Formats: sequence, structure tokens, C-alpha cells
Amino acid sequence: MNAQTHISQPETKTREMSYAEAIRDAMAIALERDPTVILMGEDIGTYGGAFQVTGDLVERFGKDRVMDTPISELGGAGVAVGAALTGLKPIYEFQFSDFAALAMEQIVNQAAKLRYMLGGEAAVPVVFRMPSGSGTGAAAQHSQSFEAWFGHVPGLKVVQPSTPADAKGLLLAALADPDPVIVFEHKLLYKMKGEVPEGYYTTPIGKAAVVRQGKDVTIVASAIMVHRALEAAAKLAKEGIEAEVIDLRSVRPIDRETIIASVKKTGKLLCVYEGVRTLGVGAEISALIAESDAFDYLDAPIQRLGGAEAPIPYNPDLERAAVPQAAGIEDVARKLARGQV
Amino acid sequence: MARDTQENLPFAIRAFSPEQLKEALRKMHLIRLFEEGAEESYMRGLIHGTMHLSIGQEASAVASCMELTDADKITSTHRGHGHCIAKGADVGRMFAEFFGKETGYCHGRGGSMHIADVKTGNLGANGIVGGGLPIAVGAGLTAKRLGRDDVTLCFFGDGANNEGAFHEALNMASIWKLPVIFVCENNKYGMSTAAAYATAVPNISDRAAAYAMPGVTVDGNDFSAVAEALHIAIARARAGEGPSLVENLTYRWRGHSKSDRNRYRTKDEIEDWMSRDPIQRFRAELVAHGIIDEAGADAIETAAKDAVAAGIEFAKAGPAPAITDVTKFVHAEEAA
Ligand SMILES: Cc1ncc(C[n+]2csc(CCOP(=O)(O)OP(=O)(O)O)c2C)c(N)n1
Ligand SMILES: [Mg+2]
Repeated sequence: MNAQTHISQPETKTREMSYAEAIRDAMAIALERDPTVILMGEDIGTYGGAFQVTGDLVERFGKDRVMDTPISELGGAGVAVGAALTGLKPIYEFQFSDFAALAMEQIVNQAAKLRYMLGGEAAVPVVFRMPSGSGTGAAAQHSQSFEAWFGHVPGLKVVQPSTPADAKGLLLAALADPDPVIVFEHKLLYKMKGEVPEGYYTTPIGKAAVVRQGKDVTIVASAIMVHRALEAAAKLAKEGIEAEVIDLRSVRPIDRETIIASVKKTGKLLCVYEGVRTLGVGAEISALIAESDAFDYLDAPIQRLGGAEAPIPYNPDLERAAVPQAAGIEDVARKLARGQV
Repeated sequence: MARDTQENLPFAIRAFSPEQLKEALRKMHLIRLFEEGAEESYMRGLIHGTMHLSIGQEASAVASCMELTDADKITSTHRGHGHCIAKGADVGRMFAEFFGKETGYCHGRGGSMHIADVKTGNLGANGIVGGGLPIAVGAGLTAKRLGRDDVTLCFFGDGANNEGAFHEALNMASIWKLPVIFVCENNKYGMSTAAAYATAVPNISDRAAAYAMPGVTVDGNDFSAVAEALHIAIARARAGEGPSLVENLTYRWRGHSKSDRNRYRTKDEIEDWMSRDPIQRFRAELVAHGIIDEAGADAIETAAKDAVAAGIEFAKAGPAPAITDVTKFVHAEEAA
């Protein structure tokens, strides 16, 4: 799989990297430029991380800055919160986003609320990295998509890079942000290659990207779903249907303007996301269109494609059926474009 | 000559009948062969996802479960194939689960990491490290409230003992004197992280003192030592005296999971532990005490091999779940 990159400054020098390498590059740059940055997580040292994202960073920066933690997610996340509160900039890696459920207390009740509860007198500039999503055969407790969970919490920012360039730029933006940021990294994208700008840069949090222009239907997608939407759009183009594909990139804050502008242009909206369909990211996008002046431009009911109302199953065919695939996106987008829904 | 007067014999030889001991040997072979079969099936692409093999830890699983009945419960871990077989599961249905079939224990929804057999009291493996600990305490609470004398044996790893859930679970089991036996399988590592680095006390059993329960560390590759420690802990639980913590020192021969490159341990260390094979050790012990002869032991191993081969065939033949059933089992079936 090759990423379609959308880099803001095309004149910068780029290098081909995988998504995982781009994240590692971001962490190496951060460790180099800021002595207060530390990495924490389970098996991120010698092992190199469950998905080999930290890789050799422990050899380059030492065990004091690339810290293996015991298997203690609640405690580990809390230590990161406390360190952030007092002057360090920790990046805490969860082995799987699912295990953030064990650390909900520190992320939701502490990190997200400390600045507010203390009347603006404190900051928690912590970054939580969370490998997310299904497709690896790891079943119900290692395959979830929690974007909507965390997106529901004021005080947090939530991003979902879909390309190597954004994986690097959004992580550096997360680290530069004065508040807690959750970065959902899609496991199926780790090996995906793409052109990545060299050196330090940030991709703004809260800005979506129009990754394909089209006039017939708007598809808003994130993470791996962006690639599936582009695949569907390429097929539809052969039939003369031009889909506009928006890479959401950030769930909180969400880029209302970009979505509204696109829907005004196409009059049709399909939301595609991997999290469970009900009460998911697509519900928010649908609602923001329904509440906006883009509502008058709609020529068809809004459509949502999301995860099944079930845990992610182990059986590979069931697992595929449990989340949107390119063929399903193509099918619904075609019906929308042809006025069949 | 009464067997139980021979005080110098190992505990297991004194405590169990020859049939029970042979059955234990059979289960240990079955676990090893099942996992080798699973590993091979994985290489051949018949199994997807990942799996955590317990090869080298068979004595801990089987000896810990020796005195359990079907009414007794266990909670297991991501490294749970051995526990499942030790508790009495059928390897055919286990393979079927690994192959994602409707005929598997979880109807293809769970796979290796969620393998369970509720009918034989196995409440399930767990994808969450430490996830089973409070659940075991809940099972103990049920037994106590309902006035039953069944016990719950809770398996977990050395890595799990640093989760908050471990500490909360032991505390509650102790204050309510629940019939729970916490069995820590200390195989020296949680993934790549050495227990010696990640844990503040030298022995995990030392932590029992903080929760006012007995704690003991035994050689987890010595069948008899494990069985004896569990005998004491189970008797205490059944007598209503409360929980215990038993730490079985053992070692996993394979990597943590399918993607482990073993960079955190040496080849020498692995080979040293492989020379202390718990199955060969138990077998030699049975032969030495005249429970079985070499030919008999070989026959047990061959029978286990056949059972594994038959299990794989059963699994292959099973139907896959229907795609339209992706949301089946999320809730109780509605009455038609
Ligand atoms: C809450 C949680 N954190 C992390 C993991 C990832 N993980 C799976 S097994 C494992 C190591 C567990 O070590 P231990 O408890 O010693 O069991 P062992 O694998 O050695 O049998 C880790 C870190 C997980 N599954 N759940
Ligand atoms: Mg371990």
C-alpha cells in the first residue's frame, strides 16, 4: 500500500518511510530537540515496542528516556500525567488502544480535567499513543476503535493519522500541544510507505484534508478508512462518479468548515469509520451537517458506514464483515450518487 | 504395603493413584503436542492472528489442576492452552476454535486468546493481562454466597502481578475469606520485561503477606512440588479459611508470541531451561517409582499424538460461522 500524501509545504525535502518509521522519526526528533521529552511504555526498550515503533530508540537515547514500564497501564498513564503536570513531556505508548480501558481513570478523570479543575493554573502536556483497529486476527480485546470514546471528553484532543507524513506531523503537533492528546495509530498502516518531510514540522490538529476532489458525493473517513474510501472512489470514477474524500485526521476538535464546504458542493454525505456505528464519529458528523446551513444543500439522506454492533470477532471472514470495506463503501457511495437512497 | 505410609516418596506418588498419575502424564503430553500442532497449523496458514505457547510450563498447568473437579472453576490467561486441557477440554474443539470454526469452543468468535470451556469450569483465557484476577474473586464470592464448596483457581503471570487488578483482587479475596487460589506462573518475563526488573519484591509470593494470606514459591517444573502446594491451598479454600498465593517458577521455551525475536534473553538461558523439561522429569519420576514402564509411557505419548491428529481433522471438517451471524451472541437470543 502506498500513501497518497498531502503535505502542506511541497518544497520541503522528503524521504520515503513507513508509517511506523515516520512515528519513530518524530519521536527521535522530539527526544533530540527537547530534553524534557521521555518515552514510556511496556516493552518499548530492548523489544522495540509491540509493533516495533520505538525500535532502536533505546539504543540511541538510553533507558532513562526510553523507559520500559511494568504491565501497569493505570499506574503508567498516571505517572505520565504527573510527570507532564510538573515539567516533563511524556509520550506514553499503550501496546494496544484496548488497554487504555485500564487507564481510563487517569486519562479521563485526571489528564483531561486538571487544567479546567485548577482554573487554568496547570497543564498536562502528555501524549498517549494507541495502536488501534481491527484486521490482525487478534479478536475482541485487541482490535477496538475508541476514537468516539475519547472524542467525547472535553479536555482531550484526539487525532487519527492515515499517512506516514501525517503520523509524524500529528505526533509532533501533539507533543507541542499544551494539553493531553491521544494519537490513534492504525495497526494495518504501520507498514504503509509514503513520502515524509525531513526534519521538524507539525500537522495542525483539528484540520481535515481533502485527499480527493469530487463533485458527486462526499465521503468523510479516517485512518485506514481513508484508503478504503480512495479505493472505492477510484472504482466509481470509472463509472463517471466523482467522490470527494475527506481525511478527518482529527476527531476532537473536528473540522466543521471543511466538511460543511464539501457537502455544500456535493449535496451528499457518506461517513465511514471503523468504530461501532451507533453513537460513533459518523453520528457527530451527520449532526453537524444537519445543524448547519449545508442541510439545505442535501439531496439525499446522510449515510453512515461503521463497525458492526458487536465485538470484533476472531474468524477472519467475520472480522472483515465487522468493519467497512472498500466494496461496501463503493456500493453505498454509488447508490447515494445515483439518488438510490 | 500401604502407599501412604511411605513418607519418603514424593507427594504426588503418595497422594494420587497410578491411574491419576498416568492421566496427568497424558495431559502433559497432550498440551505439548497440541501446542506443537497449533504452531505447525499457524505456519501453514490454517490459524490467523497470534498465539502464546506454554511449551515448557506443562507441569504447572496439570499439577495445579490435579485436585479440581468440574464444579471448580479456573480463570486463565492469554497463555491458556495448557490450563484448558488440564481442566479437561477436548483438543478437537480447541483446534476448531483456532481454525475459526462454528464447532470451536467459542464458535469461532474468540480464537486462542479467548479459549474457554465453561462446562468443565474453565471461565476462559483472557486477552487482558490481569483481567481474570477480579473475575476469579467474583467466582469465589458466588461459591461462598451459595454455600457451595467449589473453589476457583486463578492463573496469572509474573507480569500480571504489577497490575492494579492483582492487588485489588487479592485484598478482596482476603477480607471476605473467599475460596480462591491465586496461581502465579512466573516464567521470568512479561513479554520482554524481566520480572526481576518490573517487580519490587524478589518473590511474587512475598506479596501475599500484604494481603494476609499464605504465599509460597515452588519449582513449577516439579509436578509433585506444585501438586503439594496446591493441595494445601485447595484444602484451605475448601475449609472456608480463605485464599492463598502459589508461585510456580517455570519458563516458556518459545517466544512471547509469534512476533518475538528473543532479544531480551540468551540462547544459553533458553537451552538451560529446555534441559529441565517438566514432562521428561515427571515421566522419569513415574518410571522410577514403578508407576509406569517405558513402553507404557511411550504408549501414552503415542495416544496423545493420535488425539492431536484427530483433533486437527475434526477442526478442518467443521463449518465456518455464517457471515450474517456477525452480531449473534452479543446479547441473549430473543425468544422466537
Ligand atoms: C492490560 C494489558 N496490557 C498489556 C498486554 C500485552 N501483553 C500481553 S501478554 C503480556 C505479558 C504478560 O506477562 P505475564 O503476565 O508474565 O504472562 P506470560 O506472557 O509470561 O505468560 C503483555 C504485556 C495485555 N494483553 N493486556
Ligand atoms: Mg511471564
